[in-house]
Amino acid sequence: MSAAADTAVNSEADDAVIDIRGLNTSFGDAVVHRDVNLTVRRGEIFALVGGSGCGKSTMLREIIMLQQPVSGSIRVFSSEVVGLSDEQALPFRRRWGVMFERGALFSSLTVTENVAMVIREHTDLDPSLADEMAALRIALTGLPADAGRKYPSELSGGMRKRAALARALALDPELLLLDEPTAGLDPLSAVGIDELVRNLRDALGLTIMMVTHDLDLLWRVADRVAVLGEGRILGVGTMQELSRSEDATIREYFHGPRGRGAMEQAWNRK
Amino acid sequence: MACDRTDRYPARYAVSQSDIAIRMLNAPITSRSTASPDIRPGATPRELRCTGEWLLRSAAQIDVRIDACLSVMPLPTGGEMLIDAQAVTALDTSGAWLLHRTRRDLELGGCTVSFTGLRPEFEALLRLIATRTTPATHGPQSEPGALNRIGGKAWESLLGAFGLLSFLGASAIALMRELVQPRRIRWKSILYNLQTAGVAALPITGLLAFLLGIVIAYQGAEQLSRVGANIYIADLVGLSMVRELSPLITAIIIAGRSGSAYAAQIATMKVTEEVDALRTIGIAPIDLLVLPKVIALVIALPLLTVYTDIMGILGGMVMARAQLDVGYATFIDRLDEAVSLTSFLIGIGKAPVFAVIIALVGCYQGFQVSGSAESVGQQTTKSVVQAIFLVILADALFSIAFSWLNI
Repeated sequence: MSAAADTAVNSEADDAVIDIRGLNTSFGDAVVHRDVNLTVRRGEIFALVGGSGCGKSTMLREIIMLQQPVSGSIRVFSSEVVGLSDEQALPFRRRWGVMFERGALFSSLTVTENVAMVIREHTDLDPSLADEMAALRIALTGLPADAGRKYPSELSGGMRKRAALARALALDPELLLLDEPTAGLDPLSAVGIDELVRNLRDALGLTIMMVTHDLDLLWRVADRVAVLGEGRILGVGTMQELSRSEDATIREYFHGPRGRGAMEQAWNRK
Repeated sequence: MACDRTDRYPARYAVSQSDIAIRMLNAPITSRSTASPDIRPGATPRELRCTGEWLLRSAAQIDVRIDACLSVMPLPTGGEMLIDAQAVTALDTSGAWLLHRTRRDLELGGCTVSFTGLRPEFEALLRLIATRTTPATHGPQSEPGALNRIGGKAWESLLGAFGLLSFLGASAIALMRELVQPRRIRWKSILYNLQTAGVAALPITGLLAFLLGIVIAYQGAEQLSRVGANIYIADLVGLSMVRELSPLITAIIIAGRSGSAYAAQIATMKVTEEVDALRTIGIAPIDLLVLPKVIALVIALPLLTVYTDIMGILGGMVMARAQLDVGYATFIDRLDEAVSLTSFLIGIGKAPVFAVIIALVGCYQGFQVSGSAESVGQQTTKSVVQAIFLVILADALFSIAFSWLNI
């Protein structure tokens, strides 16, 4: 390999926030990922799509070290995360925010306490400033101010989702990992989340990786999309590129009745 | 954002924040100090200069600096105010919030505030913060006074008692409905509950009753042998076990074992909306979740009580032979005279009442869950404490009633 090519590879690696190489995952006999390679670059909104049960959420869980792959390497912020102990994982966990599909808010804490707890655990802010920061996160996600005093069980599904996003933003993360950010939201709220995600990326230079089924969201905010199926990556690219793909599964995904509707809307907006 | 942020959250500052604030206020501005965030009066009284990285990790420090800065300079009221943010090298939402809050505080003093030198991306972030946050309209909520709290608690207890009574009523009505249409009785569920609350409880209730019998006989043996009334050990163990202790100890064990399980099961089902699902399918939760438990326990608890009677007396017999030389045959002969059928029936007769209390309190507390994981635990605890309390209360009422009736 020539020196020039070597530098090019290196600079690409520096640019990668998440870099997955040769990832293999299986549960018993069921193979979920077969030699998967994937790169998420700094500052982009990257979406992972695919049919139910194709291993999208599993991959997300492997990135955030909740699950171990069988083999392969996952590099986050240019460091290997596979096989780290909880103690070694801590610096990583402080630099990313994770939003779970069903929110996973602590049910015995109010929304403000949910967010402030994360801030208090990892910084030395005094309680009133931590509460102020929590209120800011809650306001940023578009929740009304009085939602902070409520318990998760008193919130609607959409509000719970926003509260979960507020908690993911608690530490001003560099990397945001979202599992189905708009699932279960009414279209108006979903658009709000779209805008918020884009605003955050633009203003903070965040890198966002999300798992989603929401075709509108893909057309609106995703810079690049990877389609996962049959245990491997079927295609990676912008929505325009993928919509021209010849692969049968990708075509089915983007040109099905719902896919077409979302695409037409996206074109009409332009 | 290319700066290295691996050590974004340093360990707690060794020096107190006010120390840092004072030191920094006196420190000259040098090019080296730009990394740590700072805000200080500028060249003119109408100017503030912000420098450094305004990030969450140093938010506490920035907060102190802002307070210090705004307190040392004579705040202009009205007029223009300029915040020079050219030297701000990094900004996240926390830093942007502190900038925004400073501007807002100045504007509340009647100034018009403008920023200069802010990088475009920081400006976008500041705009985002400004549009998403509205000035706080509510002050801190006032804490209720002691009297208020006592009243609230009392009212809550009263409501709880009413709730339990109306739950009893609802269950009774549901039971009537099932008795009128016997094919609606869920036999399978009743049998399952008999198995888990009755058969599975045999080892622990038996062991405890046996030990209790030993303890009573052991305590009594010394007193009785002193007056040479050894044979009355059968009266002591037999009467106390059959009439009082055996129904009570069985009920207490079952309250801890099954009452808590009922509460936890129903509470979890309520949190996961399974109870609502039952209702929408057209199954009354009381029919499926409560009645089989009540019926099964009303059958199981008297049977368990008979069993613990036997085990307790066995324990007493073993001890009587070991300590007082009262043989098994003599003991049983005496037992026949000492314990009347009435005493036995009184003991057994309390058991169904205890069973209703345990099952209803467990189920009722389960339904009272508020939706959080913590509340499931609270309701389970409450179900056990309340069931045991009510069982002992009922036992005391029985004693009073029986003594009035001279039984």
